[in-house]
Amino acid sequence: MTENHSNSPSPQLPDAEDLLKVLAQKLEPLLQKNTALVGIHSGGVWLMQRLLALLENTISKHGIEHGTLDVSFYRDDYAQRGLKAENRPSQIPFDVENKHIILIDDVFYTGRTTRAAMNELFDYGRPASISLVALVNRDGRELPIAPQIVAADIPLDASQHLQLTKLADGTLALELTKHNSARTQEHE
Amino acid sequence: MNNPQLDRDGNLKHLLSIEGLPKRILNQILDTAESFVGVAEREVKKVPLLRGKTVCNLFFENSTRTRTTFEIAAKRLSADVISLNVSTSSQSKGETILDTVDNLIAMHADMFVVRHAQSGAAHLIAKHVPPHIHVVNAGDGRHSHPTQGLLDVFTIRKYKPDLHNLKIAIVGDVLHSRVARSEIHALTTLGVPEVRVIAPKTLLPTQVEKLGVHVFHDMEEGLKDVDVIMMLRLQNERMSGAMLPSSQEYFKTYGLTQEKLKLAKPDAIVMHPGPMNRGVEIDSNVADGKQSVILPQVTYGIAIRMAVMAILAGGLPAQQQSSGGSPANPGGAA
Repeated sequence: MTENHSNSPSPQLPDAEDLLKVLAQKLEPLLQKNTALVGIHSGGVWLMQRLLALLENTISKHGIEHGTLDVSFYRDDYAQRGLKAENRPSQIPFDVENKHIILIDDVFYTGRTTRAAMNELFDYGRPASISLVALVNRDGRELPIAPQIVAADIPLDASQHLQLTKLADGTLALELTKHNSARTQEHE
Repeated sequence: MNNPQLDRDGNLKHLLSIEGLPKRILNQILDTAESFVGVAEREVKKVPLLRGKTVCNLFFENSTRTRTTFEIAAKRLSADVISLNVSTSSQSKGETILDTVDNLIAMHADMFVVRHAQSGAAHLIAKHVPPHIHVVNAGDGRHSHPTQGLLDVFTIRKYKPDLHNLKIAIVGDVLHSRVARSEIHALTTLGVPEVRVIAPKTLLPTQVEKLGVHVFHDMEEGLKDVDVIMMLRLQNERMSGAMLPSSQEYFKTYGLTQEKLKLAKPDAIVMHPGPMNRGVEIDSNVADGKQSVILPQVTYGIAIRMAVMAILAGGLPAQQQSSGGSPANPGGAA
């Protein structure tokens, strides 16, 4: 996973830790009494955990709850690709009904993951609203879905794969790799 | 060697028996089931994975619990489900199994869940069907009942997560039990260090030790210090000759009572695949007692069956994929 670092001299990827701070600043005004945060596995959950720490005061002031989604059971490429070998239980430990849900994802790409996440959320109840927060927005939207808040726009072509990784010391980093030719477009 | 259960990429194609399945596949099923447990606790207890698919429950032998849990599992995956009690339909008019299957394929069935009194029935159907159709063995003769074995291991893992540190006793009619065979294969594959079978000689298959189990004929001795007790049903309907003096006599020697349960570890759990013969292999106090996990087994059975069907039905048959992919890294998708 890390070995491709050197072979793609990418147009300077921004530092994920800097972006995280930008994201926290932009997110803070959205947090109110009735909001709840939901991270999408895996990158979105890492981001959420960091945001919970960075915005600790505001979050405890409003009593904001949080949960996680693994959208494996809602993906639209199941018929082509099957179920991922690794999937984790979704955990929504609060009542979704009438909540203002803020979905958190690492990279916004086609919009298909967001669609899957929204479909799953509605099986827990009827939220008052859903907004989307992403660390990075890249081009390639395939559905009429867009994030409300992003920390950076990084246009990439379809052969490039951008993902968030968590380093051994817990800090987050963006990683750009080339697609294997056999792989079709990522479901992001 | 050609394993009929796996495609050429090493992915699960049919679930016919636990024997022959690598640890990787067993863990994939168990881990996926973990994700399905939570689905049953939500407002909407369904996921859309099998939308548009038709699952056929082909039960040539009766089983209310297994059929019901497979039916619920398929419905929670959004499949359309047809349950056929074949013993009472075409078979009695002389149609062969494969004719029945062909007719259902002509009706666009995508998956068969098969229960049959004859060992190997599910294998026969799996060999016969085209590559996009999947077969799940829901119990064949004395041979195998893989989803029961998997749900038992899943239940054990829920209560005793460290499988590498357990002593497990399987008690009773091992000879007639496809459940016991599936349990033994699953437990040994997953690295449980000590699996015991406790039964009279007449209810043990010859050379049962070859499955990697420790054999006990004495209940007191065999239950000592175990973490898990898996009781088996005394299968009266499969017993041809009189192998036992009487069921009262059996209960006295091999029935699980509170007193005998005390020989196991104080936090041992008690399991039974059902249906129970209360007062024959298990005392009511134990079956309903606080160490019993018999009803959670039923609940987890749905999650396991959802996991198996969801893993089978997804993706394209190996022949239709453009690239092979190595068996060591099945699916491989990020």
